[in-house]
Amino acid sequence: MPNMSLKKVPMPEQDPNVRNKNFMEVSTGYTEDMAVEEAQRCLNCKSRPCMKGCPVCVKIPEFIALVAERKFEEAYNKIQETSSLPAICGRVCPQESQCEKYCVRGIKGESVGIGRLERFVADWHMEHGEDKVEIPEKKGKKVAVVGAGPSGLTCASDLAKMGYDVSIFEAFHTPGGVLMYGIPEFRLPKKIVQKEIEKLKAYGVEINTNMVIGKVLSVDELLNDEGFSAVFIGTGAGLPSFMKIEGESLNGVYSANEFLTRINLMKAYKFPDYDTPIYFGKNVAVVGGGNVAMDAARSAKRLGAENVYIIYRRSEEEMPARLEEVHHAKEEGIDFRILCNPTKILGDEGWVKGIECIKMELGEPDASGRRRPVPIEGSEFCLDVDSVVIAIGQTPNPLIKNTTPDMETNKWGCIVAKEETGETSKKGVYAGGDAVTGAATVILAMGAGKTAAQSIDEYLSK
Amino acid sequence: MFKIVRKEVLNPSVSLIEVEAPYIAKKAEPGQFIILRVDEKGERIPFTIADFDREKGTVTVIFQKVGASTEYLDTLGEGDFILDFVGPLGVASHFENVKSVAVIGGGLGTAIAYPQAKKLKSLGAEVDMINGFRNKDLIIIEDLCKAACTNLYTMTDDGSNGNQGFVTAKLEELIEGGKKYDMVIAIGPLVMMKAVCELTKKYDIKTIVSMNPVMIDGTGMCGGCRVTVGGETKFACVDGPDFDGHQVDFDQAILRSKMFKSQEESARKNHRCRMEGMNNA
Repeated sequence: MPNMSLKKVPMPEQDPNVRNKNFMEVSTGYTEDMAVEEAQRCLNCKSRPCMKGCPVCVKIPEFIALVAERKFEEAYNKIQETSSLPAICGRVCPQESQCEKYCVRGIKGESVGIGRLERFVADWHMEHGEDKVEIPEKKGKKVAVVGAGPSGLTCASDLAKMGYDVSIFEAFHTPGGVLMYGIPEFRLPKKIVQKEIEKLKAYGVEINTNMVIGKVLSVDELLNDEGFSAVFIGTGAGLPSFMKIEGESLNGVYSANEFLTRINLMKAYKFPDYDTPIYFGKNVAVVGGGNVAMDAARSAKRLGAENVYIIYRRSEEEMPARLEEVHHAKEEGIDFRILCNPTKILGDEGWVKGIECIKMELGEPDASGRRRPVPIEGSEFCLDVDSVVIAIGQTPNPLIKNTTPDMETNKWGCIVAKEETGETSKKGVYAGGDAVTGAATVILAMGAGKTAAQSIDEYLSK
Repeated sequence: MFKIVRKEVLNPSVSLIEVEAPYIAKKAEPGQFIILRVDEKGERIPFTIADFDREKGTVTVIFQKVGASTEYLDTLGEGDFILDFVGPLGVASHFENVKSVAVIGGGLGTAIAYPQAKKLKSLGAEVDMINGFRNKDLIIIEDLCKAACTNLYTMTDDGSNGNQGFVTAKLEELIEGGKKYDMVIAIGPLVMMKAVCELTKKYDIKTIVSMNPVMIDGTGMCGGCRVTVGGETKFACVDGPDFDGHQVDFDQAILRSKMFKSQEESARKNHRCRMEGMNNA
């Protein structure tokens, strides 16, 4: 008999007023009993509606059934059949708009906590399980993967398991991409990312850091001089967008990329033990409504800012951030100013001293299907802030595009690749993740890396 | 890990290191830069490439001890390793159809101006190099520069080398004396580059400057290196570091260069402890 509780088993969490002062993980994870109890809420539907919401087709009802039977290691192996990074996905996937969106239990009550269970299984395995590394028979062919973020890591992992010699080229000094520089420690502990990367190395994947492809080597050189038979490009969407309003060059204005990279990758929150500094003062405004904006706001709070504002031009309903992040941010004392749009950043002798905003109202739906925000005339107001973090999106980095002229890109600078295969217009070159789609999610990038690995295998098996 | 194969102390605060980095050496061009990180806790610091040797597979940078990180870097010697060394970043300098050029280096900027002068001379241009230092004890790479240009003028603010005056005064004197330049390249402190640009604007001589703002990744990702050029926001790391000096908003760049000043002061104090700690270990 399934557990018919309408609500998910609550996730144990650090108290909001404690956690908003530290960088330790917010959610501490289910215990075995909690996981079993939650797993028993799954009806094991024959039609598996949840799976159609998963970009990497995790066998959700099967793994949950194994959890209910306390076969945690088997559950892990079931997830591993299709997903290579479950500890990460369980934490950062927007489950409410993917698997959990289609869960039958969600029609009346809350859907099954699929993400929480995935995370539990991955963490259980990390603590109790063993990684069996079966090195496959070598195919004797080299594949280059450019970028060590979610799409690149997934593609590399799948190809290595097929027997290819895979070399990853990463521009930063640490592999992981957005998992390392973007998502903060309190949402995704870095040791989890490092563990996944160690696993890749165990499969023989070579990781070359400090290699900016497009500068130190071109894609053509990888193919022609360095002996690679195929190249996968997963370079992400790294170029920050600014608002093009007055005052954006003042000291104290950061792109979310800079703000988060200083904190997460360079560990500025441990300054001066680590050398990279950060400055943001007592009052911080973060512009944007996505996960990146939430991450920046919550990081600022943890670093001691007294007042942290989220300024978002649409209503809360349209916010692209995961529900859980918005909820956590509010609990931690972030001040949400929705339906507001910055009009200029005010300065004093080169430093930020405030931000002027205008109130917005929702008009007719726009191209994205969301109701277009329209400014309310004469409703301008000012917030006193010492710094402003712009988190309104990123576009792909042009370094590879500029040095690979025979590879097609679109007007936004995204690489044109077939969705079903990841093929680009250049022979032997595949691409996926944010470099193709523009800024999206970790799981979509992983799905694209997986698809490309499959196509690369087919291409090289011809 | 990247090995330091040669180190030279050029003056009490400026040192040169030649680093084994064969991939970078193969591609490097004057005007480009590298980013290095000394150790796990270090900052990513950008340095313009002062020289490279494709055959030996080495890249040379010249740095001044201006803060905690550069002081720490200076504790390394020949045979020591730098954890991270990435490049070549930025756009290489373009020198098409330049017949006569003035290359101006201010202080440490001389080290960056040098490869540009060398390249221009090798392309057949007549190169006047004007380098400025506060006093004669701070003069660096004078012999290298001499070989890399047609005429070398080394100036000191206090006249201690016998040539008193700012680089701008010398440049003006040469122009007034009838020298015709197709282009001026000015590399040095922001105030110096600004002064050179104000002068060359008067004579309508195209002037290229090299910007070295705060940055993290050097690949266009952080946007920390924003510079306003001709009213537009540019990223020094991917759009530069060379820019048309007459278009650069220097006053803003000077303000932005002060962003982390107070943090840098505290880091400097703390760093001594870390270095002393290391010696004791």
